[in-house]
Amino acid sequence: MSKEGKMDCGRRRLIVATAAVGGAGALAVLVPFVSTMLPSERAKAAGAPVEVDISKLEPGQMVTVEWRGKPVWIINRTQAMLDTLPQLDGEVADPQSDRKQQPEYCKNEHRSIKPEILVTVGICTHLGCSPTSKFKPGVDEGMTPDWKGGFLCPCHGSTFDLAGRVFKAKPAPTNLEIPPHMYLSDTRILIGEDKKGA
Amino acid sequence: MRSLKTLFAALLLAPTLAFAAGAALHLDKAPDVSGDKAALQNGAKLFVNYCLNCHGASALRYNKLLDLGLTEQQIKDNLMFTTDKIGEQMKVAIRPEDAKKWFGAAPPDLSLIARARASADGSGADWLYTYLRSFYRDDKRPTGWNNVVFANVGMPHILYELQGEQVLGPDHKLTLAVPGQLSPAEYDTQIRDLVGFLVWMGEPTSGLRKQLGVAVLLFLGVLFVLAYLLKKEYWKDIH
Amino acid sequence: MANTNFEKYKSDGSLPGNLLEWVDARFPATAMWKGHLSEYYAPKNFNFWYFFGSLALLVLVIQIVTGIFLVMHYKPDASLNAAGIPVAFASVEYIMRDVPWGWLVRYMHSTGASAFFIVVYLHMFRGLLYGSYRQPRELIWVFGVLIFLCLMAEAFFGYLLPWGQMSFWGAQVIVNLFGAIPLIGEPLSIWVRGDFVIGDATLNRFFSFHVIAIPLVLIGLIAAHILALHEVGSNNPDGVEIKKKKDENGIPLDGIPFHPYYTVKDIVGVVVFLMVFSLVVFFAPEGGGYFLEYNNFFPADPLKTPPHIAPVWYFTPYYSVLRAMVWNFFGLDAKFWGVVGMGASVVVFAFLPWLDRSPVKSIRYRGPIFKSFLTAFVICFFILGYLGTQAPSYWGEKVSQVCTVIYFAFFLLMPWYSKIDKYKPEPERVTWN
Repeated sequence: MSKEGKMDCGRRRLIVATAAVGGAGALAVLVPFVSTMLPSERAKAAGAPVEVDISKLEPGQMVTVEWRGKPVWIINRTQAMLDTLPQLDGEVADPQSDRKQQPEYCKNEHRSIKPEILVTVGICTHLGCSPTSKFKPGVDEGMTPDWKGGFLCPCHGSTFDLAGRVFKAKPAPTNLEIPPHMYLSDTRILIGEDKKGA
Repeated sequence: MRSLKTLFAALLLAPTLAFAAGAALHLDKAPDVSGDKAALQNGAKLFVNYCLNCHGASALRYNKLLDLGLTEQQIKDNLMFTTDKIGEQMKVAIRPEDAKKWFGAAPPDLSLIARARASADGSGADWLYTYLRSFYRDDKRPTGWNNVVFANVGMPHILYELQGEQVLGPDHKLTLAVPGQLSPAEYDTQIRDLVGFLVWMGEPTSGLRKQLGVAVLLFLGVLFVLAYLLKKEYWKDIH
Repeated sequence: MANTNFEKYKSDGSLPGNLLEWVDARFPATAMWKGHLSEYYAPKNFNFWYFFGSLALLVLVIQIVTGIFLVMHYKPDASLNAAGIPVAFASVEYIMRDVPWGWLVRYMHSTGASAFFIVVYLHMFRGLLYGSYRQPRELIWVFGVLIFLCLMAEAFFGYLLPWGQMSFWGAQVIVNLFGAIPLIGEPLSIWVRGDFVIGDATLNRFFSFHVIAIPLVLIGLIAAHILALHEVGSNNPDGVEIKKKKDENGIPLDGIPFHPYYTVKDIVGVVVFLMVFSLVVFFAPEGGGYFLEYNNFFPADPLKTPPHIAPVWYFTPYYSVLRAMVWNFFGLDAKFWGVVGMGASVVVFAFLPWLDRSPVKSIRYRGPIFKSFLTAFVICFFILGYLGTQAPSYWGEKVSQVCTVIYFAFFLLMPWYSKIDKYKPEPERVTWN
């Protein structure tokens, strides 16, 4: 320190310049270190879009495929199943799918590209359990007599209809998530990507 | 300080103390194609067609080949035979246990071969470049092939159709007895490309590494000037 | 001081004073800052050799930070993956290729290992030049030798982790050294490995030592090293005690506050070091096969020894001492004496404070005998280091034996030659321009 107890200008300017350049360097070093914690090439490869062939999916049936470590359901809904949807508009929390739980192209009554084929992430929007399918209407699968078919989350009892819409007054806050997907052909779906070639 | 000077003088002399070393292997210098994308693409094609049948490159993902200027479609159409996922590693089709049963030893994974083969005799590229051009006919070997660089090698000469058949003369020189599809100069070019690809595969980020290094050093140069001026400024106080 | 502060400010810190005063009433922040930096008086005549202490601290930080990020991705697992590659080996390549920027973190860590030894060797050589180990700094020196031992252990354990050929066979050779100890040797080496060969159990325990046990000890010892230094004060190139001449305020006349004077000076040293470090990391991370050995790019293969095994360069002088011992003494075989010689060649440093009988500390005032012995010692250290990288040979063995004798003579004859050596009188004050 200079004897008068105050710093002369040249010295202060040098301190600021050195600290600024050094600090910028330190920030730049931070970038690679923080980046190492992002998904690696392996994670990206494992999370790559999944191709599914649905030519053998009969009406009324469901298949589960894995995408980014999550179960994705593909359900081939019958006309009877689809008919239940408008009837439930008054009982579900978000009948018009106003919340962003689906891509724009699935914001419709049946929440899908093709009316009968529902593609949805099988993870309850409450706390992440995977709901079980309860397709049969009525008491057959242990549901109430007015049950029209849908899903029940075993953890906290949230129920969803056959378009993945959550019923009112249930713990789950939103409808089931519809992942980005596209049809490569009539019977081949690519889950996880919707931009190219569509 | 004078004693330090004598010390350093002595140190300079130390390596000249010659100690008996094994006869060094003579390796040909591999041409550097690290900046030549066309050569590296050709090397990739050769690697997939000739090497990947038995050797894996399990550390390399197909989509890394995008760095060589190839498109995803080109990679899928021309280079991917074992998988349809672009993010997949270049795995070999045979299982390692089977390979061990058939060949006696599993053919080594080649991801790092160009780095592993470096030695005091030359770079890994030099070794590979010489090795792949030094196969010769040897009826005493089960495969019918031997190699000057890698004595009693387990691998037969996969590229003999291209190179032809060499024989080892009594003067320990290789001569081409049966010509192959390519002239010796053409064959050397193909091997140059293949080795270039193997080198690239050993560390695909090496190009980025060097570019970044230049930037880092320039930055440190600026910081050095500032730090030095700051030090001088403060040390004015010390008398 | 803390008590008087505490009386001045309310215990809830609501009244007067700022945050720093609040903290100071509860934790000696300002006192530590003053004691170790702004009012720690270091001799003003530090030269080039005095950069390496702070640089060693910098490398330690680099190693710890890069290490933390590497452990997030590395897997200590010797089993084979689907491609037939050991998982540990593959996980290193995973870091090099698949983890974003993983290659940079890994190269910094591998280069840092060699940098650590270069910096520490130069730091130790400074001690030899200027008698920094002499009274009253014996404990600093002893802590330093312990730090060096920890560093060797840390490097040795860490070198197994990439699970390459040199990792495997290097560990194999060193662990087998324990087998040379009479009677308990064989069971001891099995206990160390936890297996009959270097295996998965060995890899996992070495990983544990490398990332937890040794670093904890290392940090504790470094704290002790610095506390001891700040207790007695730094030595200097003249080897005179600056505390003998103080001004009316009790401040050494030749002392200057460490901060800001040596902090700004060390920043220059740090930047120069980082330039050299970056040159290696970005342009020659293999260090010509010395920092990353070529053979270590082959995965470990317990059935195939590489044709030529050499330890990493920083171990080679001691390895040469090991190989120089080829005679059986007192009914114990040469292997045992090799291990003893190797251990002694490191531990002997700790006794320096009591071996040196010279009336002066610094090389500047020492006589020709000490200078010659030190020169011969350093030359032998380099020759032993060089020979340790080479395959065994007849002349190599002879030369290493001569060098080993000189190496130990430097220490063991010191009580004699340092006493009879001529010397120049030390100045009253440090030399300054």
